[in-house]
Amino acid sequence: MNPIKTFKKGGVHPEENKLSAELPIQDFPMPKQIIVPLGQCLGAPAECIVNKGDRVLTGQLIGTAKGFVSANVHSPATGTVAKVDVVMDHTGYYKPAVFIDREEQDEWVEGVIETDDLLTDIKLDSKQIIDKVKECGIVGMGGATFPTHVKMMVPEGKKAEYVIINAAECEPYLTCDYRLLLEKTQEFLMGVKIVMKGVGTEKGIIGIETNKMKAIELLEKTINEHKELYAGITVQPLKTKYPQGGEKQIIKAITGREVPSGKLPIETGCVVVNVASTYAIYEAVQKNKPLIERIVTVTGKSVKKPGNFRVRFGVPADLLIEAAGGLPEDITDVINGGPMMGKSVSVTNFPTMKGTSGILLMTLREAQDRRQTNCIRCGRCAGACPMGLQPFLLHKVAKQNDFDETEKNHIMDCIECGSCEYTCPANIPLLDYIRYGKAKTGAIIKARNQK
Amino acid sequence: MSNTLLISLAVLGILGGILAVILYFVAQKFKVEENPLIDEAEACLPGANCGGCGFAGCRALAEACVKQAAEKGNIDGLACPGTDMGKVAAVLGLTAAAFEPKIAVVRCNGSCQNSPSKVHYEGADICAFANTLYAGKGGCSKGCLGLGDCVKKCNFDALHIDEETGLPVVDPDKCVGCGVCAKTCPRGIIEVRPRGKKDRRVYVCCSNTDKGALVVKNCSVGCIGCQKCLKECPFEAIEMRGNLAYIDPAKCKACGKCAKVCPRGSIHAVNFPAPKPEAPALQGAEPVAKPQPKPEAQPVEAKTNVESENTVIA
Repeated sequence: MNPIKTFKKGGVHPEENKLSAELPIQDFPMPKQIIVPLGQCLGAPAECIVNKGDRVLTGQLIGTAKGFVSANVHSPATGTVAKVDVVMDHTGYYKPAVFIDREEQDEWVEGVIETDDLLTDIKLDSKQIIDKVKECGIVGMGGATFPTHVKMMVPEGKKAEYVIINAAECEPYLTCDYRLLLEKTQEFLMGVKIVMKGVGTEKGIIGIETNKMKAIELLEKTINEHKELYAGITVQPLKTKYPQGGEKQIIKAITGREVPSGKLPIETGCVVVNVASTYAIYEAVQKNKPLIERIVTVTGKSVKKPGNFRVRFGVPADLLIEAAGGLPEDITDVINGGPMMGKSVSVTNFPTMKGTSGILLMTLREAQDRRQTNCIRCGRCAGACPMGLQPFLLHKVAKQNDFDETEKNHIMDCIECGSCEYTCPANIPLLDYIRYGKAKTGAIIKARNQK
Repeated sequence: MSNTLLISLAVLGILGGILAVILYFVAQKFKVEENPLIDEAEACLPGANCGGCGFAGCRALAEACVKQAAEKGNIDGLACPGTDMGKVAAVLGLTAAAFEPKIAVVRCNGSCQNSPSKVHYEGADICAFANTLYAGKGGCSKGCLGLGDCVKKCNFDALHIDEETGLPVVDPDKCVGCGVCAKTCPRGIIEVRPRGKKDRRVYVCCSNTDKGALVVKNCSVGCIGCQKCLKECPFEAIEMRGNLAYIDPAKCKACGKCAKVCPRGSIHAVNFPAPKPEAPALQGAEPVAKPQPKPEAQPVEAKTNVESENTVIA
């Protein structure tokens, strides 16, 4: 095993609570009707290309990407389009979506290879791989849902040296990536190879936190067994520390390089891809399967049957909660994503999407906001900030609407990990104010650049 | 002891005298000639520096008025929303367009009673932030978030959050119609409208442009876009903006007929005389929801038990 690495600045150690780590992935049964939102990625929502009454096959394109930062949407089931309307997403806002009445039989769209065998022969070349990734609508499935093909397109004059696979899964509770690593090891490693070929590099590094020793050992064993096939891929154990899985943090930990302020990770010669996305890339390139399903962890301390489910997109989240034993009585907070970066939901029947990595049910004891007091200037937030910012200062100036100061103090470099708020002994909602300041400052900078 | 005191007094006195003389000459040398009209015009303005006119403050507006009066001979297009510009025009020896006093109206009536909370919000009390986070306590994505960004911004202390309804209330005596609140509201709920003759005005107290079915889910007094008012209006003053009726204040004659036919009580007629006993109810004074919600209009949600317990934390 390689020596353990980590990033130096800041970071916190929340309780791990990986309750569902040893539970195998289960296929989730499909309901009669599924609701597929058209905006499933960061950036512009897709444009609907089906009409009411159309029959769609599994994997058929139903929404085309609009704009550069956008991703295609495919039908996760075979059936008829009941309507194209709006649906409430987890925030409570209405967003455009396609309602599909499902048929019993799953009929895949033409060209999809339906086999569970490992396909080791990569036929496509670099450009074709990126086009395929784009066509299949693959996005960053760690939660940010940034279109992966945009990431893989290395701009002219830059060179990708490393492909870093982000398997840190530093969010407490979530285990979807870990289960995928254990159960689809070979497919995942083939995915890494494809990404390496796509961006044109020979070096692939898989970064995993040391609380997932089983996955580290399994990956190392598999790579050693098939030395020729997986040449160039190494496993890098990382210290268990939040936010180890932040893009900038994992680059810093593995390569020692720092992404310059306001620049993209490619500046350091790294392309960082999530585990679930890597697996989806394998499915897309080798089997022609578009992205229509993912693993969702449903968990929580008082959940009766937590689990990792393989869910097609568009299945309402309350069915998943139902499958995990229903809502326990002491639940006050339902979170879409992990406890650190996920967001509380306003409704529980929101459809699952490409970015739904987990559904976390928090008890009152865990979730309730403790009484907020004044800042005591202890500086813990500044110590915990992995980006080296001063959250107490940003909070203060954002509250005063002083957006010149927020910009001067690099609010735009905040990765919104929430470490500051986690450590604050005065229970100040630091991240809320920083997010507010960041949104306002970003808008000001954008307006200025357009002039 | 007394020597030290005397010496220091003498030194400071002489120093003060010399500096005063220098300052006098410097002031003479660098004197800025200003049009005395600017001071006079500024005196006619409220002096609150609210920025409602579009200038940095009252003095900036006064300067602009004097400049335009000298160049073009009028002060058209320059107006303080809260003052009669006739006074300023008189100072400059001109006549101004007739003054139309304005007031801010809150176009949402989704109070705690009309749009009951389904979730609990804990986080920064900034509407602009909450707007990016979730649709709102009652579930209406166009309705008031009730965290009071407008209240914090008002320079005239004219807005307050009503504890009972959770909505901002405009104090008609204090509001000058500067429109700072309207610019602040992240959802564009507040509109600045003419006060109207005898202070009577009619407006749609809802900002939701969604389809009727979605509005009914979350609020018992939201506009459903049925267009009854549109057909009733004798002056063609009502237009549809999406699924929301909008009363054009320029065309509206404040007859109040639309308010009577509205099945949802979304149209508010303010300051109308108290209704006669047999006439349909029309409340006077401040904006208050007219008919009470029908039982079937209550928000129906299959998973209310779940939602009511959810917390929104950022």
